[in-house]
Amino acid sequence: MTTAISVRDLTKIYGERSALSHATFEVPLGTVCGFVGPNGSGKTTTIRMLLGLITPSGGTGTVLGENITHPERYLPRVGAMIEGPAFYPALSGAENLRVLASLGGFPQERVASLLEKVGLADRGGSKYKTYSLGMKQRLGIAAALLPNPKLLVLDEPTNGLDPSGIQEIRNLIKDLASDGTSVFVSSHLLSELEQISEYLVMLREGEVLFSGRTQDLLAAQTATLIAKPEFTVDLNKLVEIATRHGHTASVEGGAVHIVGDADWGATLNRLAFNAGITLAELTATQPTLEETFFEMTGE
Amino acid sequence: MFNVMKAELRKLRRPTLLISTILVVAALTALFTSIVFLRANSGQGNGQRGEIISPATLGSATGLIYGFKIVSFFLGITALCVFASQTAQEYSLGTLRNLLVRQPSRMKILAGKYLSMIIFAIALVVIDAIVAIAVSYSLAPHAKVTTSAWFTASALALLGKTFINVLLGTIAFGTFGMILGLLFRSPISSIATGVIWSLILENILAGVVSSTQKWLPGQNFDNVAQGGSLTVSYHWSMGIAAAYLIVGFSIVAVLFKRRDVAN
Repeated sequence: MTTAISVRDLTKIYGERSALSHATFEVPLGTVCGFVGPNGSGKTTTIRMLLGLITPSGGTGTVLGENITHPERYLPRVGAMIEGPAFYPALSGAENLRVLASLGGFPQERVASLLEKVGLADRGGSKYKTYSLGMKQRLGIAAALLPNPKLLVLDEPTNGLDPSGIQEIRNLIKDLASDGTSVFVSSHLLSELEQISEYLVMLREGEVLFSGRTQDLLAAQTATLIAKPEFTVDLNKLVEIATRHGHTASVEGGAVHIVGDADWGATLNRLAFNAGITLAELTATQPTLEETFFEMTGE
Repeated sequence: MFNVMKAELRKLRRPTLLISTILVVAALTALFTSIVFLRANSGQGNGQRGEIISPATLGSATGLIYGFKIVSFFLGITALCVFASQTAQEYSLGTLRNLLVRQPSRMKILAGKYLSMIIFAIALVVIDAIVAIAVSYSLAPHAKVTTSAWFTASALALLGKTFINVLLGTIAFGTFGMILGLLFRSPISSIATGVIWSLILENILAGVVSSTQKWLPGQNFDNVAQGGSLTVSYHWSMGIAAAYLIVGFSIVAVLFKRRDVAN
């Protein structure tokens, strides 16, 4: 087994509407894989099918080497938080975890250590209904970690968390991944995913737009050169030079943005010098995951 | 299934549910048993539907069970509410997905939940019995009821039989609640439907058209708890109640097994 998740032509149809259409992707074992897509693109539907909550209309899939038609074979090794945390409001955080520990046959001793791990040790005895959104989210993550999972599936784990909470979750995911846990995480915080995801699956309107290494996706995007001449009167001249050499260029915020690889920076510098233009700044920027996402999904 | 049962019992034993339910059952039992004994010499009705239970009857071997079984209908309604809310809340709170991720076998979830709630129902009936016996014993002298026949072998056998009948009636109402919970997937809708149907509509129907009494589920559940009546036999009620519950439970079990968990 080399993949944590593997799906082929996975499809879910509700009446006339196709929530997921022939999705095919793989998530290698021991990696963090980001799962992105606009709202309604089929992310949660996919996660629900992987967890045996809904039945696929078509296609096949495996999780930890086991067919998704038999979730009982792999779910004891999977931790999951789907669509935000859901617990019993009248029970304390600790008691909610004990309910799930009893259900899964996990040692009750794990409850205290997991509360400690997600920073809820002091509030474990408080009723869930008194928790803030961030605390509920942390409890959801603690519940997902109960089985000491080989695969962790997290749906929007940083919802409601403050910046330090987001950083803690990021570090937690990194720690888990370094211990060999595979993490499949959906999030709208693309800058966060860019930092932690080695792999990426991108959906739009129920179809897979991209699946593979995050670096491959970003490297395939065209870089932008930002050139700032010493004198603003040279801005248009720079645009003209770039256009003459087959590059799209425009003036934005006192600098010229030229679509082109970083390698062309040296050529641009030379051409500008030959034209009597002194460049005060010349930088090459690669599109972020967020920019790539917007470009690919057309959002 | 044992793990599911343990997990469910953790939820059922939370103080807000357990203590409040125990207090309600104990209070209702004490109230109705007191009425049976305190009005025994009034010559007016002190039993169900205006039935007159005289001090002589209360002093017989059957005397101990009147207070016990008079609240069986309310025990049933309590069980209906608890079974329905405990089942339907998994949908409304969104916790069903947690349960199914930790225990993918839906039939084990259903069976474990059902068994845990049966344990809860047993606890309710035990409390009903204890309170009814204690109140009966303490009020007997006041009502001039002799208690010497209450602790004979035949009286205790009757008490045991009544316990089983009240328990079966309570579980039947609870099962009805669980069916409604699985069907409506909302605690409020399932409890409202169950209570309005059993408490109001069935009683109106049975009162207006007495022949319907032998076909109505709630009337038959209660008749089982009462050990049968003059108009509808115990065995008939057992058969009808079992038929309703087996068919109803089978339908919702298939729905529960096959339905997508999309909330």
